[in-house]
Amino acid sequence: MTGLEAVLLTIITAATPLLLAAIGELVTERSGVLNLGVEGMMIIGAVSGFGAAYTFGSAAAGVAAAIVMGVGVALLFAYFTQTLITNQVATGLALTLFGLGLSGLIGENFTGLPLPDPAKLQRLHIPLLTDIPFIGPVVFGQDALVYASVAITVLVAWTLARTRVGLVIRATGGNHHSAHALGYRVIAVRYACIAFGGACAGLAGGYLSLVYTPQWIENMTAGRGWIALALVVFSTWAPRRVAVGAYLFGTVWIMGLYAQGAGIGIPPQLLSSLPYLATIAALVLISGNRLLTKKNTPACLGLPFVPDR
Amino acid sequence: MRKVFALIVSLALLLSISTIAFGDELKVGFIYVGPIGDHGWTYQHHQGLLAVEEEFGDRVETIYVENVAEGPDAERAITRLARQGAGLIFTTSFGFMDPTVKVAERFPDVKFEHATGYKRADNVSIYSARFYEGRYIIGQIAAQMSEAGVAGYIASFPIPEVVRGINAFLLGAQTINPDFKLKVIWVNTWFDPGKEADAAKVLIGQGADIITQHTDSTAPLQIAEEQGVVGFGQASDMHEFAPNAQLTAIIDEWAPYYVERTRAVLDGTWESTDTWDGIAPGMVRMSEYQNMPEEVAAMARETEAMIASGELHPFKGPIYNQDGEMVIGEGEMLDDGTLLGMNWYVQGVDDKLPE
Repeated sequence: MTGLEAVLLTIITAATPLLLAAIGELVTERSGVLNLGVEGMMIIGAVSGFGAAYTFGSAAAGVAAAIVMGVGVALLFAYFTQTLITNQVATGLALTLFGLGLSGLIGENFTGLPLPDPAKLQRLHIPLLTDIPFIGPVVFGQDALVYASVAITVLVAWTLARTRVGLVIRATGGNHHSAHALGYRVIAVRYACIAFGGACAGLAGGYLSLVYTPQWIENMTAGRGWIALALVVFSTWAPRRVAVGAYLFGTVWIMGLYAQGAGIGIPPQLLSSLPYLATIAALVLISGNRLLTKKNTPACLGLPFVPDR
Repeated sequence: MRKVFALIVSLALLLSISTIAFGDELKVGFIYVGPIGDHGWTYQHHQGLLAVEEEFGDRVETIYVENVAEGPDAERAITRLARQGAGLIFTTSFGFMDPTVKVAERFPDVKFEHATGYKRADNVSIYSARFYEGRYIIGQIAAQMSEAGVAGYIASFPIPEVVRGINAFLLGAQTINPDFKLKVIWVNTWFDPGKEADAAKVLIGQGADIITQHTDSTAPLQIAEEQGVVGFGQASDMHEFAPNAQLTAIIDEWAPYYVERTRAVLDGTWESTDTWDGIAPGMVRMSEYQNMPEEVAAMARETEAMIASGELHPFKGPIYNQDGEMVIGEGEMLDDGTLLGMNWYVQGVDDKLPE
């Protein structure tokens, strides 16, 4: 494996969970709901993904469990904020705390267990294609979730921009009263979008415990949910820019480690903060068009909707 | 609602009074910085708690709080243990130092034990382990096992404890291969499996074929296993996670100390002390030497025995710093004060120490 190839592979693994969690949150926010519980949903996805993969000895079971449990806790959030009309910020924060605590409880019996080989998500290997030097392993040699993250991003971008469903989601987030008046079921749309966000966050968590570091450790998301949240805002709710942001973050982060390993005398504290600075700077620059920003920002973000009866 | 609340409060009060009234056993409290399930630092402290329970049975009762953040939260957690009637409290992270001393002032009858700090009081003892002795041994093993002559070191924060470990590792390696290279990556965290794994991948990509760490998760060793290089466990035996990659692990053995200190309180002989023990008294232990040729294992065992007997001191002169200046001459060795405040690299580290 050449040096550059190793760098690219590492960057892709670092960016994928961020991209997955961010693209899910983007859909949730475009429908007008601010869910600050990404970190909580991720960690639940991580623990249930690992638990299922370990128990059933199958990676597919792990991925499925991560998604299902992510959706489960997301629906809990939806029930509180959409049906009981609780405050979204407070409920989201509570979801994060709840997720961290619950995952610790569920995961108690899984800590310190190594994942058996069939339960690990394998990298793709297409004869001939994967063997092409350099391009092969990078383009054709990833695990299924990397391709899934790219596919989901493309699908979300296309759906939001080009389809009726996307239009309804954007209308719900832009002006829920109008959407309601037009006969769309605002609450139902939001339930669906929150569930989608939960599925993506759960999957992102599953990626951590099945691929990134195949094991369950308490607190293993280590703040990645918050980075994903920030990516959504700084990319001004545009799927393409979320992808750019996630990969930029991953790239700068890994290059920082490379610089250190190569013995370049830049203080590591600075290098650790560089991914954040670079991502914010880049996304603010490419989001410089204020008209576009305004167009994308969901006007009803975080506002409760109570249909008048 | 208010009635229910009042009922709960009075019940809680009743319960706490009853435990004080009936409990003539000693309550021993533990404050942990991480989860017990980290399989590293906190896990090892918890093994100490279990040993105390095992040794004294009904004569003691143990309580612990996990995941206590370093800072104001710690003060609250320690106070709570003291209020609950703990007679002896172990606070097991460097950042609990000031909170421990503060709470100790308010509870003069409670004995406190703080790990890895330097502030003592009449009712506050301090204790730590000479992990660097183990680092010297793994440095020697690394130099024997490495084909590239380069090791990757994943470091947490640039504090003396960590710098001392890096220096000891390299000094050990240099006794085998004077040109041995060490690449250091600071990840600025004690615990983030993802970051630690990334750092390991990067180091291996840059040519290191030995991975060692001063962070708490098992992730770097797993990456080593995956990529076919070797490494060392940290704080606890991690061989389950990397059956082919772990050469040995430096194990923190707190249990005997915890048992001895608990006994001292029970006997009424407890005094404020300052303990810094290494391999000889068994506070630092090496796990089984494996995945290496027998002669390397034999060399490691011999070094271990020499350190235990005091024949060998990892920081024996001559030692040069990165600028090539002699820090200590032939035949002398660095004293504990210098070791405790170590903020410079020895010659040969391929890194600039962060300020």
